[in-house]
Amino acid sequence: MKVWINGDAHELADGAGVVAALDAIGAPRQGVAVAVDAEVVPRAEWDATALTDGARVEVLTAVQGG
Amino acid sequence: MTEDQLVVAGRKIGSRLIMGTGGAGNLEILERALVASGTALTTVAMRRIDATTGTGVLDLLRHLGIEVLPNTAGCRSAAEAVLTARLAREALETDLVKLEVVADERTLLPDPIELLDAAEQLVDDGFTVLPYTNDDPVLARRLESVGCAAVMPLGSPIGTGLGIRNPHNIAMIVEQAGVPVVLDAGIGTASEAAQAMELGCDAVLLATAVTRAGDPERMAHAMRLAVEAGRAAHGAGRIPRRYWAQASSPDLDPSS
Repeated sequence: MKVWINGDAHELADGAGVVAALDAIGAPRQGVAVAVDAEVVPRAEWDATALTDGARVEVLTAVQGG
Repeated sequence: MTEDQLVVAGRKIGSRLIMGTGGAGNLEILERALVASGTALTTVAMRRIDATTGTGVLDLLRHLGIEVLPNTAGCRSAAEAVLTARLAREALETDLVKLEVVADERTLLPDPIELLDAAEQLVDDGFTVLPYTNDDPVLARRLESVGCAAVMPLGSPIGTGLGIRNPHNIAMIVEQAGVPVVLDAGIGTASEAAQAMELGCDAVLLATAVTRAGDPERMAHAMRLAVEAGRAAHGAGRIPRRYWAQASSPDLDPSS
C-alpha cells in the first residue's frame, strides 16, 4: 500500500503500522510525535495502530525556532 | 536577599531569561549562547523530522539541563495550534506550551480570536499554556481568565528589535495580572530587556537579539545581566522624577 510520510510517498506492506512508517524515513523512536490523518497517535498506541492505504503520516520533532 | 525565583504554574524556573533557539547559525553557536545566558527554559519549534538534523536541538537542551518549551510557531489557526501542541506534548513529554497563533507573515502579530480559542482548548486539555499575545491589557486579562499560566505580551513585532513600543500597555498588563508576565518579542539590546524588568515583567523571552547579534555569546551574557539588573531595580524602587535639580552634595560651608 502507499502511504504519505511527511509529504513523500512510501510503499509499505499491507497492515504496516506507525513504527514501520518511522523506520521508512529513518526516524528515531524518542523525541518524535506522530499524527495520522491530522490526529495525534499517542506513543502507547503506535504498535496497535495499523495504517491504511493513502494515509497521511506526519512525523515531527523539535527544531530550532521561536 | 530573599529568594526571588520565577514560578510558573507552581514550577520554579531558575532564570528570568527565557531563550529562543531560532536564528543561530549552528548548534555550537547556540550552545555557547545558551550557556552564557544562564537560561533554564528554552523554546523550540515543531517541524517534520529531517534525517540530517534528527533530534539535535532537543539533545542539546537535555545535555545542558535546560527545560524545553515547545512552541506553536507558524500556526495560523486555533486548530493548527492545538494539533501542534498535542504533537509537542507527545514528542517532548511536557505539558508546557508557548502558544503562538499569528495572523500573517508580514507582521507576525498574534491573531487574538484564534489565540484565545486555542488557549481555552489547550487549558481544558491539561496544558500549561504560555500565550504569546499582543500588548493589549484586555486580551491579557481574557487569556488569564481562561486559565493561562502566564501572559507573554510583545514589545514589538517578532524579529524587529524595535524594543518596547508601548511601555504603558506593558505596565498596565503587569498591574492587573495575577499570573507571571513575560515580555516576549521585539527586544533588540540589553537596555530593552532591563526596561521590561523595570516595568515589572517577571521574565523576558528573546531569541533574535542574541542569535543574530554580531557575537551571540557576548550578547547572551549581556541579556543575562540586563534581566538581573532590571529585576533588582524594579524591586529596589526608583526615585521619583523631578523637574528641577536636587543637589546630591551638602551645601558649601558658608564661613569658608
